[in-house]
Amino acid sequence: MTETAVTPPSERAVRKAAPGEARAPRRSGRRRIALPYLLLLPALLLELLVHLVPMLMGITMSFRELTQFYIRNWSEAPWSGLDNYTVAIDFDAPVGQALLKSFVTTCGFTVLSVGLCWLLGTAAAIFLQENFRGRGILRTLFLVPYALPVYAAVITWAFMFQRDNGLINHVLHDQLGIGDSPAFWLIGDNSFWALLVVSVWKGWPFAFLTVMAGLQNIPRDMYEAAALDGAGVWKQIRHITLPSLRSVNQVLVLVLFLWTFNDFNTPFVLFGKAAPEAADLISLHIYQSSFQTWNFGTGSAMSVLLLLFLLVVTGVYLLLTTRGRKTSDV
Amino acid sequence: MSEHASRRTVHRSPMAAPRSFLWTRRIFLTLLTTFVVLPVYVMVSSSLKPLEDVSGKFEWIPSGLTLRPYVDIWETVPLADYFVNSIVVAGAATVFSVAVAIFAAYAVSRYTFRGKRVFTVTVLSTQMFPGILFLLPLFLIYVNIGNATGIALFGSREGLILTYLTFSLPFSIWMLTGYFDSIPRELDEAAKVDGCGPISALFRVIVPAASPGIIAVAVYAFMTAWGEVLFASVMTNDTTRTLAVGLQGYATQNDVYWNQVMAASLVVSVPVVVGFLLLQRYLVAGLTAGAVK
Amino acid sequence: MRRIRAAVTGAVTLSLAFTATACGGGEGSEASPKTLTYWASNQGSSIEVDKKVLQPELDQFEKETGIKVKLEVVPWSDLLNRILTATTSGQGPDILNIGNTWSASLQSTGALLPWDAKNLQAIGGKDRFVDSALGSTGVTGQDPAAVPLYSMAYALYYNKQMFKDAGIAKPPTTWDEVIAAGKKLSKNGKSGIGVEGSNLSNNIHQVFVLGKQHGADFFTADGKPDFTSDGAVAAVKQYVDLMAAQKVVAPGNAEYAQNQSLSDFAKNKTGMVLWQTPQQTFASQGMAPDDWGVAPAPVPSGKPGQGTQTNSMVAGINMAVFKNTKNLDGALKFVKFMTSDEEQILLNKAYGSVPPVKSAQKDPVFADPSLTVIRETLAASAAALPQVPEESQFETVVGTAVKELFADAAAGRPVTTESVKAKLEKAQQQMPKK
Repeated sequence: MTETAVTPPSERAVRKAAPGEARAPRRSGRRRIALPYLLLLPALLLELLVHLVPMLMGITMSFRELTQFYIRNWSEAPWSGLDNYTVAIDFDAPVGQALLKSFVTTCGFTVLSVGLCWLLGTAAAIFLQENFRGRGILRTLFLVPYALPVYAAVITWAFMFQRDNGLINHVLHDQLGIGDSPAFWLIGDNSFWALLVVSVWKGWPFAFLTVMAGLQNIPRDMYEAAALDGAGVWKQIRHITLPSLRSVNQVLVLVLFLWTFNDFNTPFVLFGKAAPEAADLISLHIYQSSFQTWNFGTGSAMSVLLLLFLLVVTGVYLLLTTRGRKTSDV
Repeated sequence: MSEHASRRTVHRSPMAAPRSFLWTRRIFLTLLTTFVVLPVYVMVSSSLKPLEDVSGKFEWIPSGLTLRPYVDIWETVPLADYFVNSIVVAGAATVFSVAVAIFAAYAVSRYTFRGKRVFTVTVLSTQMFPGILFLLPLFLIYVNIGNATGIALFGSREGLILTYLTFSLPFSIWMLTGYFDSIPRELDEAAKVDGCGPISALFRVIVPAASPGIIAVAVYAFMTAWGEVLFASVMTNDTTRTLAVGLQGYATQNDVYWNQVMAASLVVSVPVVVGFLLLQRYLVAGLTAGAVK
Repeated sequence: MRRIRAAVTGAVTLSLAFTATACGGGEGSEASPKTLTYWASNQGSSIEVDKKVLQPELDQFEKETGIKVKLEVVPWSDLLNRILTATTSGQGPDILNIGNTWSASLQSTGALLPWDAKNLQAIGGKDRFVDSALGSTGVTGQDPAAVPLYSMAYALYYNKQMFKDAGIAKPPTTWDEVIAAGKKLSKNGKSGIGVEGSNLSNNIHQVFVLGKQHGADFFTADGKPDFTSDGAVAAVKQYVDLMAAQKVVAPGNAEYAQNQSLSDFAKNKTGMVLWQTPQQTFASQGMAPDDWGVAPAPVPSGKPGQGTQTNSMVAGINMAVFKNTKNLDGALKFVKFMTSDEEQILLNKAYGSVPPVKSAQKDPVFADPSLTVIRETLAASAAALPQVPEESQFETVVGTAVKELFADAAAGRPVTTESVKAKLEKAQQQMPKK
């Protein structure tokens, strides 16, 4: 770790070396260059081990015919070129059609879920910013959906969404008298809305938490100054609170987006192995295409396509949101 | 101290809020509370019913109450073991993830260096990998590491900790970068003038100032590990199984013990909620506001 | 300045060090020859119950042979995924339980030890087992991939009181009688028969048997998917028509996947249910053993038998040896132990199933009326699900098609021969190309 011992006499160092006094500043300069890399090293190593290398393996898998006949020794699975991809994006055949439909469903679902989570979370954080009676209780209560194990939360919702015995229909149909006969929530077209409700219920406390933390960094004097200028509460929210949350929101929305888009647990617990078509999210769809049908090659190809899509979306998103924002990135 | 904290948490102007604001707040919070509480109520009431009542028509007021499910949960599955596994795995993953993320976020937020953009984009992009894509490869890697070095990563808590800590890492880094960015640079400049090196500036100034953000990130990291199902289901065995997977043990081939699932979920969630409660004091302590003044 | 370096290197080594503290032996195949790892499926009412049933037997085995068996009861939700990952990595148990319908699919991965003549001899020979159970151990013509451990079959369970109230004198034996009885039972919010419309495996089991009754298999003789034959379409339509046309199934059943049909039955809401060994579930739902009766599952006409008179699939659990085992000898000894008469009687009794071992079936425990029905069905009129490598995919795609048809029926959309055929057509196209 002592860098002086290992440093090779690089050309640049030799050229730069001034006689006499140069030693101390040069050392600290090099250390300044090395420091950020050292700080990043643990994160980088971990990401390499758990994400990047497996991902490269996953991408390799997508070019192989990795069916049940080869999973035992998958390095010997025959190369299949782009076959897995052709199957996945042949939108005239059922496999491609189903994937496309699942993709569109997921997009719609994600936009709605992220929007609602962000809205509820931000509104709740702002409304709870000021002290009033019961605030502490509400703040704790709002984190409960987040603290419950996902499986427990979702199975409870599944329980509530049962057609004949569930609470939802008990309220909607038996007590409010909506609809001629009780609706199905776990199969058919309504399943989309059921999934959305569960996803928002589970996801919004995270937005709440993040925004609440973000609000702490807004200096109090900004509000005081605005109040002196005669700005009311609504105006303060619009002109101080929301703009100040910008950098937090930028990350938050992206987090929620990727999180929701890739969410596997919620549909899996809510619907079991085969989601209804209306709520067939892409992650469950890929799971079914690989684990249920034991075709890991096609499953990987679909995952890679999904990955490419998410990369593009994220790239565009970052481009749009960082434009105009002062940044010192190289 | 407490009086200190409560004074600081009132952030917005002391000016009386208008009626429209108060009413909007009242209505919004009432609706939201109902939404949040409804499933919790269902859990509580169902957990107090005998099995044959739970699977029947929903009733607001349960007729036959029993505490039996709270006794049975410990017999049906080794709930206590699963709970310990979950706490250890999620706790360790959180600590390491937050520690690693603080360093990385500090570098990204405060330094200019070659490859910074590549790093941030790469790290962020790992969050996009569909879990399915690397579940099998990761499993293979762990097995091979095990064969080569004798370090059992698969089937062990350590393997799961390692996996989960990287799950939350990209966003932890990102969010912390965002929080660090919002802390005025004058603060660490001032600390450096006082003779602090970069690392002690990080721990003496930035970390305390960003503590609400760090806690939010820690909670995120904890919950990511606490609720993960897919990897846990293939990477654990009966001695290392976590709650997220273990709770499924109440749904067997022939029986679904609804009442016990809910009782068990409530029991295991209580410590987590209490933990959140304790952390909240720090989350809303508003230290930055105090420091800036 | 020194502090910086200390802190940074500290962070790095910390992150590396804790991964290195994770020491300990590997599982199963890595262990010494004096131990075996066994993945048991969850057969009893909970995982803990299974451990209580199995552990004393494993201790007994250790006493006899000196081999310690490390037991893990794997929940059904995880079992197949665990097996697949074990297969991929070669790191798995020595012995494991599998659903018998998975036999051919898992066989094709090459992960399981083939039971050739020599291996079978080591456990007392093929002849010890009931034929129908052996029919569900892998592709015909190849060495079995597993041996039968527990056997089950479908039967018709009916609610005695509801039958009496509706004036039905004896349990139905044909589908026409089932529908007639169902119509008598379907009134006052009650319904005739329960189905588990969103449970893919159950859907497959039911339409497979109906397919047999229509003279259709879902695969051709050379193992190609054949979902759209007239017989297959008629079978699926007949099953969904119980709800869509005959209205003897309540629409709500379309979303059932967690045995709600059994709790409805136990609550006197449905009069009949076609199921495999639900005794324990009835009991836990609060239904007394005297309140329900059992009869052979229905056939089109006449008596159950082979071919179009088939009235059940061969259900059950097989035991397999993982090919990578380092202790083949011990594994064979363990399988022999588990399939011995004594263990077969004891375990099947505990789980409410029937032994697939002929000599063990003679025990008076299995002469109980409900088990007699199952024993006789297995012996005379049960057929194994298609023993093809793509069985697992078949369950997924056709099971899903049936689920979607039930959803249509429940929503009041018409279920026609065309719509059934279209769904099956789509399912067939999703099967892997060969």
